Amino acid sequence: MATIPKYTLVELVNKIKSKEISAVDVTNAYVERILKSKKLNAFISETLESALEQAKKADVINKKDGALSCAPIAVKDLFCTKNVQTTASSKILKNFIPTYESTVTSKLWDQGAILLGKLNCDEFAMGSSNETSAYGNVINPYRNNHDTLVPGGSSGGCSSAVAANLTSATVGTDTGGSIRQPAAFTGIVGLKPTYGRCSRWGIVAFASSLDQAGPMTKDVADSALMLDVISGYDEKDSTSANVKKVEFLRNLKKDIKGLKVGIPKEYIVDNMPKAIQSLWDKGIGFMKDSGAIIKNISLPHTKYALPTYYIVAPAEASSNLARYDGVKYGFRAAGKDLIEMYENTRAQGFGDEVKRRIMIGTYVLSSGYYDAYYLKAQQVRRLIKNDFDSAFNEVDTILTPTAPSSAFKIGDKTEDPISMYLNDVFTVPVNLAGLPAISLPGGLDESGLPLGLQLIGKSFDEQTILNAAYALEEKIGFQSQVKDWWM
Amino acid sequence: MTINKATVKKISKLARIASNEQFEEFMIKDLNSILTFVEQLNELDIKNIEPLSSVVEQELFQRDDVVRIINDKEDILKNSPDKNENYFVVPKVIE
Amino acid sequence: MSEKVFDYYLDGKTGKWEVIIGLEVHAQVSSNAKLFSSSSTKFGSEPNSQVSLVDAAMPGMLPVINKYCVEQAVKTGLGLKAKINNFSKFDRKNYFYADLPQGYQISQFKFPIVGEGKVILDMPYGTKEVGIERLHLEQDAGKSLHDQDPQNSFVDLNRSGVALMEIVGKPDLRSPEEVGQYVKKLRSIMRYLNTCDGNMDEGSLRADVNVSVRKVGSRELGTRCEIKNVNSIKFMQQAIEYEAKRQIEIIEEGGAVNQETRLFDTKKIETRSMRSKEDAHDYRYFPDPDLLPLELDQDYINNIKKSLPELPDEKKARLMNDFGLSSYDASIIISDQEISTYYEEVAKNSDYKLAANWMIVELFGILNKENKEIKDSPVSAKNLSKLINLIKDNTISGKIAKTVFEDMIKGNQDPVEIINKKGLTQQSDPKELEKIIDKIVQSNLDKVEQYKSGKDKLFGFFVGQAMKETQGKGNPKLINDILKEKLK
Repeated sequence: MATIPKYTLVELVNKIKSKEISAVDVTNAYVERILKSKKLNAFISETLESALEQAKKADVINKKDGALSCAPIAVKDLFCTKNVQTTASSKILKNFIPTYESTVTSKLWDQGAILLGKLNCDEFAMGSSNETSAYGNVINPYRNNHDTLVPGGSSGGCSSAVAANLTSATVGTDTGGSIRQPAAFTGIVGLKPTYGRCSRWGIVAFASSLDQAGPMTKDVADSALMLDVISGYDEKDSTSANVKKVEFLRNLKKDIKGLKVGIPKEYIVDNMPKAIQSLWDKGIGFMKDSGAIIKNISLPHTKYALPTYYIVAPAEASSNLARYDGVKYGFRAAGKDLIEMYENTRAQGFGDEVKRRIMIGTYVLSSGYYDAYYLKAQQVRRLIKNDFDSAFNEVDTILTPTAPSSAFKIGDKTEDPISMYLNDVFTVPVNLAGLPAISLPGGLDESGLPLGLQLIGKSFDEQTILNAAYALEEKIGFQSQVKDWWM
Repeated sequence: MTINKATVKKISKLARIASNEQFEEFMIKDLNSILTFVEQLNELDIKNIEPLSSVVEQELFQRDDVVRIINDKEDILKNSPDKNENYFVVPKVIE
Repeated sequence: MSEKVFDYYLDGKTGKWEVIIGLEVHAQVSSNAKLFSSSSTKFGSEPNSQVSLVDAAMPGMLPVINKYCVEQAVKTGLGLKAKINNFSKFDRKNYFYADLPQGYQISQFKFPIVGEGKVILDMPYGTKEVGIERLHLEQDAGKSLHDQDPQNSFVDLNRSGVALMEIVGKPDLRSPEEVGQYVKKLRSIMRYLNTCDGNMDEGSLRADVNVSVRKVGSRELGTRCEIKNVNSIKFMQQAIEYEAKRQIEIIEEGGAVNQETRLFDTKKIETRSMRSKEDAHDYRYFPDPDLLPLELDQDYINNIKKSLPELPDEKKARLMNDFGLSSYDASIIISDQEISTYYEEVAKNSDYKLAANWMIVELFGILNKENKEIKDSPVSAKNLSKLINLIKDNTISGKIAKTVFEDMIKGNQDPVEIINKKGLTQQSDPKELEKIIDKIVQSNLDKVEQYKSGKDKLFGFFVGQAMKETQGKGNPKLINDILKEKLK
């Protein structure tokens, strides 16, 4: 029983289908761990009883079909789940019970997966450390001596839960790095698909032109399996890409001979920790060993990606979050008239980081400033995309570190918003260009904390980055160092 | 471009977020530091660059003019903090 | 018709003023489903029963555009002789209000679907061309009810998300009368095209009215005020008159008109300032990231153009050229598509001018009296056509026809049956008439003498006698001719 949560998703599904283990045993194993792991605060809502019921039923009627047959999965609390509380980790959506299911999570349940619960995250996906949630911080299953560390963000509950084996896999969302950076901080695999690959319908929107759902898993094969399930055109999302479905898991291979791998010089930032540079060098070495061809490339506008992001994302967010007004759902504060009700509801219902971003977003769109900020940012965004388009004329994938550091101590970066934003320096350009990227654990730093390597791909070429990651994963041979210290 | 108290008051009115002294103080500080950070973009010459508002290169999908009902009145009113049988209830606007 | 001259000028203390008016008309597209969601657009349903998750702005909801609404906007643009833009975008107009669940309205700001066009009005003093600036698609808002509860307002989102075409007219209108004609013309065009039912009572058509004033002879535009959401032509006209006078008074007292948004109070018949919308002017428009640009290729536009029905202006020209109707008569016939369809049905088999006359004078007389629309006409086009033919072939006189008509409206009776039943067939046998007239002449020789010696008016006496003798059925023309002969 204790070994069950250690299986990868692919292994688990095979064992369930072959009846080697029952759905109930699997679900029980996860439930046990979840109940003993409250300290990590990875969950906002748990649906453990209903999960066990579903597992029981599946065993009784022997329904083990579907690509995720009976795999217990918890999802980021940004996905609207029918009849299950969905809060976006905010007070303003406390007790909101959707009467509908998001497209991505529907696909999970259609393939037989069982919902374990909703995972904590940064409020409205705004953050890089899961320290802005109205439901408390999430703790990284990796510790630095006895310091508790952040699990990354915004999908911190997801990364923590996967790393701590509280779920067989999960789906998070990535707007500026919110899948990849937490994956790097917790030693797991996080994939942000091409913008449009997965439907955004039913996902609480943060920044519409950047948000994308993606799998967070124990290894690369699991990631491919999850992507097979959650990807697909959705007419209900006008930005959903009408592209042919690919069988990522079936086509997964380790042979990357001749693959052209780009190393962008602009990603060598000032004060880059030695461990990160040596991790990167190690990755380059492994690629070469696998027969890949390394090329130095330039993405000249890299340094402008963060400022661009911090104009575009808050601008879109300020508009997307206008619907949280206490009228139709969620929290409502008292007010002597409508305007006062709005103002009090939003002041009390939103946390500081969210308010910061709404204010900046409102400002950059406001009369007199639109051209100077928002329009300009949209123009720089095109330059950033053009950089990648040019680079991809010469290479098939780009290899970079995922984050500029390993997981830091809780509270370390909350004083200055900019220092927090700098966490996204390697991940943000990818969202601006709408490209796919995957982070996999590349090794540990001198404190024994995981570091991630990122592979960026061409539009809709998740297969290439999955393959490259698959090859790299084998060469790296990363082993989880998580000890159940919190139990 | 610096943000002062008057600007914060104006923006919070537009964003419908109640503001007080404390809020204004920390917003002035944080918003100015963010604006300073993003001002780097002024280093670039972007005169003739076409703005990118979407990375999707696809025709806008247009659906048929067919009525499809997937929820009813109850579903819509269910989550409202103040409602009656037929309507959302909100405090009056003072004209 | 006498040549009239435009004369709507207002007399102020310091001289004559003219009024400049520009309308922003909001027309609901007559589609089954809403612009970006699949809920119904039907009017008058139970509150909040036609609200989808998208309309209520539930978390995670996304807009998907209705292709029929796009077509209707293109059609309307073609009806306004406007440029259809191959490329257009949707923008978010951000503001907060209880009937706006998203906290923004999806509209079109920088790149509307339709560009410049024009509308021609028939005024008593000649034709007037009114410029159209643009037409764009946008979402309608829901409704707030403020009078149900002392402390609270109630919100009904049924209307939230219904497709609106906003038609922005250039400030070319100069009088309440022109405004009335403009709105009627727009309404007529859209009803012909079936893109909007123009039903102002149900809110399918309403307008924001921009009014400013200037001294006659001045070339500069004065500061304008916007009177929002006026939903009848009469109110628009009253509002314009009040507002123009208000502005003139302010300026003549030495003040300046504040550019502001106002409401028309339909009970007090005055406009007043809308305080709460003052600070909401910064709409922070930006392209909606949930939608892609709308690209219409020329084939698409041409196909729609080919499918258009004949429009009012074209129909009027055809009625004047091919049917020989006067401009006035043609204008009336084309004013409503149902009227022109009825007319063409009648005129298919009978005299064009008689058909127009009978419709405009007799039929409309009855319809107005009974407050009916042409679709509820008590007389069918077929039967009216028959009646006209009976006049034309001299079976009955025009006068008798009127009495037949009075019977026809009781249950759409066939005129031939009425005539046969009542024996109203006109007496057109010249021999018979001659006999009768001879008799009259013989019995009134003194009057014949008087007539011959100059009392022309007595001719009417003889005509009257002949009519009496024939019980009104005598063919008036024949009677006239025979009498003239006999009294030479």
